[in-house]
Amino acid sequence: MRTPLSKVRGLGSAKDGTGHFWHQRLTSLANIPLVVFFVWQLVSLNGETYSAVIDRMSSPLVSAVMLLVVISGIYHMKLGMQVIIEDYIHGETSKLFLLICNTFFSIAVGVICAIAILKLCFVG
Amino acid sequence: MRLSARPGALNGVRHLEEIKQMSDVDSQVKRPLSPHLSIYKPVPTMVVSILHRITGAALYFGVLLFAWWLIAAASGEAYFNYVNAIMGSFIGRLVLFGFTWALVQHMLGGIKHLFWDLGYGFDKKFSIRIALLTLIGSVAITGMIWLVAYAIR
Repeated sequence: MRTPLSKVRGLGSAKDGTGHFWHQRLTSLANIPLVVFFVWQLVSLNGETYSAVIDRMSSPLVSAVMLLVVISGIYHMKLGMQVIIEDYIHGETSKLFLLICNTFFSIAVGVICAIAILKLCFVG
Repeated sequence: MRLSARPGALNGVRHLEEIKQMSDVDSQVKRPLSPHLSIYKPVPTMVVSILHRITGAALYFGVLLFAWWLIAAASGEAYFNYVNAIMGSFIGRLVLFGFTWALVQHMLGGIKHLFWDLGYGFDKKFSIRIALLTLIGSVAITGMIWLVAYAIR
């Protein structure tokens, strides 16, 4: 969806064009129903026994939507923290370091959540 | 600075000394700073904007709680009960209550931002009213979520 001219000229100082802005909005839109589902699940699981929680989390529908919550939510928070770092950290080295930490943290938390959800789904 | 227009400016040594003196003078002069956050009276739109960033950052680390809970559920009954007891303690519930509020406040603020992105809601009085509404709304919705959570137990 980009013309050759916009490819060389329209990327701006961050060198990634409007991709960051757009993905932040896209995930925020997805997060509205996903977070409502997430809160509803946790509220109804509040104080439940282990077997009731396993029962719920092994339902394919619940684990599928929970996986979407994690993917959309964690990508959204990675993009958000990137903006905070870029706004407040001005030293090139510390900024680069924190941006790398942000990426690693987000991917690590995302994979941990995903593995747990998949394990609950397939193994119980 | 029009250095080259001044007589003797092309003399290399003197040129360097002049620059050095000028930069010393520069660092001594108290130059006016542009207005910063602390001098503004807090208005609702500004408070909600700042809260949006703070709640976003809090949720970034708060998601670790959810990851911990998921890992606990996937690890087996003993560890799940252990984590559940921590989260069900007074401190645990307090943190989860704060997490809920941050989530709701960030979501309401985010919905407001989506409308701003589309170009709606910039009118001065309206935007202030919406900002206040997100604050009242986030407290009310958080309270409702917890009331329901306790009611269905």
